[in-house]
Amino acid sequence: MLPVLSFYLISSVAIAAAFMVVASRNPVHSVMFLILTFFSAAGLFVLMGAEFLALLLVMVYVGAVAVLFLFVVMMLDVDFSEMKRGFFSYFPMGGVVAVILLMELIVIGGSYFADSEVTPEPRADGLSNIEAFGNVLFTDYAFFFEASGLILLIAMIGAIVLTLRHRTGVRRQDITKQVSRTRKDGVELVEIESGAGTGE
Amino acid sequence: MFANFIMPGAFGLPNWENMDDVQFFWLKVAVIVAFVLILSITLAFLILADRKIWAAAQMRRGPNVVGPFGLLQSFADLLKFVFKEIIIPAGSDKTLFILAPIISLTMAFLAWGVVPVAPGWVISDINIGVLYILAISSMGIYGIIIGGWASNSKYPFLGALRSAAQMVSYEVSIGFIIITVLLVAGSLNLTEIVMAQGHGFWNWHAFYLNSPQALLIAPVMFYMFILFFVSALAETNRPPFDLPEAESELVAGYQVEYSSTPYLLFMFAEYLNITLMCALITILFLGGWYAPLDIGVQFVPPIFWFVSKCAFVFFMFAMVKAIVPRYRYDQLMRLGWKVFLPTSLLAVMYVSAWVVFVGGNAAGGA
Repeated sequence: MLPVLSFYLISSVAIAAAFMVVASRNPVHSVMFLILTFFSAAGLFVLMGAEFLALLLVMVYVGAVAVLFLFVVMMLDVDFSEMKRGFFSYFPMGGVVAVILLMELIVIGGSYFADSEVTPEPRADGLSNIEAFGNVLFTDYAFFFEASGLILLIAMIGAIVLTLRHRTGVRRQDITKQVSRTRKDGVELVEIESGAGTGE
Repeated sequence: MFANFIMPGAFGLPNWENMDDVQFFWLKVAVIVAFVLILSITLAFLILADRKIWAAAQMRRGPNVVGPFGLLQSFADLLKFVFKEIIIPAGSDKTLFILAPIISLTMAFLAWGVVPVAPGWVISDINIGVLYILAISSMGIYGIIIGGWASNSKYPFLGALRSAAQMVSYEVSIGFIIITVLLVAGSLNLTEIVMAQGHGFWNWHAFYLNSPQALLIAPVMFYMFILFFVSALAETNRPPFDLPEAESELVAGYQVEYSSTPYLLFMFAEYLNITLMCALITILFLGGWYAPLDIGVQFVPPIFWFVSKCAFVFFMFAMVKAIVPRYRYDQLMRLGWKVFLPTSLLAVMYVSAWVVFVGGNAAGGA
């Protein structure tokens, strides 16, 4: 009873939130609804017994990716009327893409649900989610796992290289230099005879 | 995941195994309400303790008027906040403005759902408790960002940006430090992590001296303990890393426009996160509910050790607040990314190499 109720509650929240991502007028609200969608998806994962995936989804998408979205959307000065103006000229193109995506989903989902009575089940040997993942990820798919890590590293380095600028005249703080500085380096005692001035 | 809830017979409640769904549901609700109430009341006295310790370090008396020794000060403050008018700035986003403190507090309470305070005394003993806490604490940032943005004012927004950047940065090193503990303990379940540290303080992860091989990683683990403590200060926006609310620069950071109950919720969430960090340090490094030596102290209930360890860590938090000057923002970022992140990453590599080649608790995993 409880799982069924939770399923309908969570999935209806997910669908409503996903609709509001597109429908809401304020981009910040859109991102908030996107976060709610991610969160509901995580809830659906938990209901299927995939708690590791659920928490990963929350950690990566809600905790990191959506924060970046939110940053960008908050920092940009978006003109809402400007954004809404192009709606009808873009509508046919967007509609075509949406219809194609929907058809694909129906084809894939239909073929999956038609010929199988399979429902996802937790493993019988009592192996927890994370152990099951680890067993597969670091044996059969070790190469793909490490290759994806390498690709991410390259993307990161690329982003840094693109934005790194060496400017001259920037004074950086060097902590070791500051700490190793003594009184002798910093203070100079000058004897000046009275009335002689500094020689300027 | 839901199969391993544990609370058999605790608090004299009936065993959950012979309950139906509805009874089980209401039992959980009752336990959660009890947890929230006890946490809230504890928090009231922790806030007072924080102020008293701070005052003592500055040779003041601190709050001493309401009740004996000022014990009821927090309750007086609560009444004061609740009965004040809620002021919502005219240009603000009203829904999000109210939602932000609620999100903060909800996330702060949610994380406590997997924290074991004594054997079996936990709301939900899930087998990936550590990941759950990381996930929930990463959600806590939203309360701050949204609060700062919805205020539609410059200081709160700057404070929110600072705070989010700071929390994201230190979360990374906290994640790596936790991984070292997981490797040594061989589990992601918080109860099992505590179980791995029983029978004497030399088994605690902070002072890992239980075998000759352990000497190889004992210094690293102690260093991780220190690093975690400092990262926890940064993660909870405590002094010396309280830059999001640095009075001298940003008035009060993301809370500038908040008054009355919403402000109270923010402050409550902040202290709740601090106590969560104290509990996490206790669980991950200081042996949870176990006594330092298990000779002749069996009559002491385990909860006593847990609470006193948490209180000790909190005392350290308060002392740091009293005696360490505030960091500058670029220094904070430098410390997080250039010192903590590389050293904790190296420690993960070193400890995992130790687990593989020298042995230890590796058998506990898959």
